[in-house]
Parts: sequence; C-alpha cells; structure tokens
Amino acid sequence: MFRLTRRYGFAASHRLHTPRLSDDENRALYGKCNNPYGHGHNYVVEVSARGPADPATGCAVATPVLDALVARQVMDAFDRRNLNEEVPAFASAVPTSENLAVEICRRLKRNWKDAFPGEWPKLEKVRIAETERNIFEIEADEIE
Amino acid sequence: MLITRKVEFSASHVCRNPQLPDEENRRLFGPAANPRGHGHNYVLEVTLQGEPHPVTGMVLDLKELKETLKRLVVDVYDHRFLNYEVPPFDNVVPTTENIARDIWQRLEPALTSENRHLYSVRVYETPDLFVDYFGEQPCSA
Repeated sequence: MFRLTRRYGFAASHRLHTPRLSDDENRALYGKCNNPYGHGHNYVVEVSARGPADPATGCAVATPVLDALVARQVMDAFDRRNLNEEVPAFASAVPTSENLAVEICRRLKRNWKDAFPGEWPKLEKVRIAETERNIFEIEADEIE
Repeated sequence: MLITRKVEFSASHVCRNPQLPDEENRRLFGPAANPRGHGHNYVLEVTLQGEPHPVTGMVLDLKELKETLKRLVVDVYDHRFLNYEVPPFDNVVPTTENIARDIWQRLEPALTSENRHLYSVRVYETPDLFVDYFGEQPCSA
C-alpha cells in the first residue's frame, strides 16, 4: 500500500472574528488575529492519497491529475484571496485553519471522483501549516 | 515504538513506459517523461517498529541501521542512472512508488528480527512530493 503526499502553497488573508461574541470577547479570544483590517499567511497544504500502484504506470496517484484538481479547487479559490470576503464558506464560518482544513478537504472530496473515477486512489488526509509552527491535519473520513 | 533513520542519495531517472506511445507517456508523467532523463536529490526515511532490547535499550543500533542503509541502498542508488544501472528499473518505471517498493524489498530481510520489523519506507523525490510504502498488505477502504 502506498501513500503519496504532495505539497502546495498559497497566500491569503483572513480575520478571525465571530458575530456570536462581542467585540471585546473577540479581541480576548483571537488576539492579534482579530485585527479588523485582517492579516495574511503563506499557507502550506499537503494532500495525501493512498492506493496500490498501477501496474502500467508504476504510480499510485497520477500527480498531474492531482495537481490539476488542487489547482481548480484550492489554488484558484484561495491564492491571493481574502478568505472572509471571497470564499463563500467563510461568509458564515470563521476562517480558522481548522475550518480552512475542513473546507479544503471537503472541496477535494466532493470533486475527487471527477478527477479519479476508479476505485483507487482514495483521498486520505489534508494537512495545513498556517505558519511553520501551527499545523492542522484532518482525515478525509472525518467529514462528509 | 517507531525509530527512523534518514539518508540521502542523488540519482537520475526517466519515467517512461516503453510499451506506451510517447504522447501517452508525456500525458501520464509530464516533464519526467523526457527520454534523456533528469535527476533528483532523493531523501529516504526508513522506519522500524519494535521494542527496545532488554539489554541494550535499543530497537536497533542506529549505527548498524546507517551501515545497512549505506550498503543496501545508497551504494546501489547513489549517482546512478536508475533506468540503466539499477535493476529492476531496466523494466520497471522508476516512479517514486516503485523506488519505495524496491528499497523495501532490499531492506526488509536484513532489518527484521524477533524484536522489530520494517514499518515504512518514505521516499522524497523533492521536498514537495513524497511516498510512504507499508509493504504489500492490501489497501484498506
């Protein structure tokens, strides 16, 4: 069994703020990340998929196909964007890296069969580094 | 308990299946299908699973693991053109997956003992692409 992992990067801005709390509570909870003007990160995304190697190609995952899927579903939507204002999911959800990992994993999972119509490979997990020190990982089986 | 040792080797390869037309190879493998070949600084991480030996306190002496990796992998792969110089890549496409499997097969008999076994082989082709191989067990759904 193989697990192939591919690393991508995008740059985006966000602001952590929830309308369910007061301004003071938001400042206390999110600290600098609550700055009303927002701020940005160079996000690093690792996408892992697993499966057997195809006997003809020797590949468990066709990386050109994975790259094209990630370009369509992640890069086009997130790179050089304001996540709060330009990604529909973050009109209601706070763009924490937890929610960002869920959103990226959901986008890949929903469109996986268009890119990989066979039984294999399967999406296994998405790992996001907001900075080198803050890393978030979600298994594809954890979400719908 | 898991223990991991990392080594590096540099090698050239071309990802091309001679049974397929050139156009199909380019579609499948992209620029890696260039018939003249290209190279990578590969990074290999070998992980063993086992229990520390009651006398030595070690799963395996990492010095011994280092020597085994040098003898069975680095001496064979380093500064070689894999397709031309390292069987089975004369008739197996040297994708990262197949390299991981070949390294597993070279190492597994030498590293297994009563207190430990080979757990995974991770091969980085570049910092942005790596493969983990866990042996021939079937893929779980």
